Amino acid sequence: MQNAIEVKNLMKKYKGFSLDGVSFNVPSGYITGFIGQNGAGKTTTLKLMLNMVLKDGGDIEILGKSNDDISFKEDLGALFDQPYFQEDWTPADIEKALRPFYRKWDSEVYHSYLKKFSLDAGQKFKTFSRGMKMKLGMAAALSHDAKLLLLDEPTSGLDPVMRDEMLDILQDYLTQENKTVLFSTHVTGDLEKIADYIIYIHKGRIVYTGLKDELIEKYCLIRGRAGDLPREKRESVIGLREDTSSFEGMIEVANLGGFPSRVVTEPVNLDDIMIHINKEDYKNDC
Amino acid sequence: MRIVLTHKSSEPIYEQIKEQIKASVLSGELPENELLPSIRQLARDLKVSVITTTRAYNDLEIEGFLQTVPGKGCYVKKIDSNLMRFKYVTETKEKLAAAVRLGKMAGLTMAEIRGLLDELEDE
Repeated sequence: MQNAIEVKNLMKKYKGFSLDGVSFNVPSGYITGFIGQNGAGKTTTLKLMLNMVLKDGGDIEILGKSNDDISFKEDLGALFDQPYFQEDWTPADIEKALRPFYRKWDSEVYHSYLKKFSLDAGQKFKTFSRGMKMKLGMAAALSHDAKLLLLDEPTSGLDPVMRDEMLDILQDYLTQENKTVLFSTHVTGDLEKIADYIIYIHKGRIVYTGLKDELIEKYCLIRGRAGDLPREKRESVIGLREDTSSFEGMIEVANLGGFPSRVVTEPVNLDDIMIHINKEDYKNDC
Repeated sequence: MRIVLTHKSSEPIYEQIKEQIKASVLSGELPENELLPSIRQLARDLKVSVITTTRAYNDLEIEGFLQTVPGKGCYVKKIDSNLMRFKYVTETKEKLAAAVRLGKMAGLTMAEIRGLLDELEDE
């Protein structure tokens, strides 16, 4: 199976927000990052995949089956923002509650994760820190031999050390063949390093889907003195910011010709891309 | 195998991995028939994407440094290290000649060009 997830022409209308013909694939065996600002439609898309919200139109296939057929959930590990477990439950209670739903639940694996994450099987859920709750959620998601992990903002609200551990957990999982991870985030620094593919959503529309490296190599930052921006090149600078003495912005590498050689260019990162595309958008709306 | 990456350099990550493995093979630190970590293991160890390590290994295979045995892994290939070294020395000479030409066009003396070289080493 080439794609773990295929989404075609997905529609969902809310008051003041809509997903407008969202299409993308998530390739099997890789980490795909789902990026976009807060409110761009990331969580809505993920919830539509799991039928937690009903779609107005379009098709979603997960692990080769339509998502109307809920049997795919057996092979899925999902973690949304924060795991929701009964406050008074302990990790041992949580296992008792989850186990009946998964044929391939492996108690040994679950307890080895608890140990690895230093989680006490007898401690109540409500007394865990946010980072520990996330780890417990991961332990549960990884204990039934899931083929696909769907994670919504798994690193938000975690400190840098914990974020780093989270990435380790994901990469450990990926060392097995045919495992797929899709995770959404607006904190792109973490993702930058380990993601193979990127899906970039902006205001309910997909603006990029493909290899991360290609996205990053497509653009560069450009800076120069005010006189160094030729009039005919103005349009090609994305998110242009000018003052009396200088200008700066982002530009497609293919459009670099025509600038004086003293302008400075620098590689972009995912944050730069999101910031400049958003700035450009704001300018056009005014 | 030791690989040290920098995310601050403009040299792409896959290129850095490639160059360092090449250097280890040429120096003999990675002997012939040595089994290399799998693409996924290496990605995990270096905290880079699987695509990145795939790209590095593919290039190394094309350039004749590695050999993939399906179902087993990736091995260091027998290379003629003298021939390789000769190739690199020739290429270094050519590039230095070009650099000297360029430097003279800019009015640099040989001493100044040597100075630039020393600066590069310090970096």
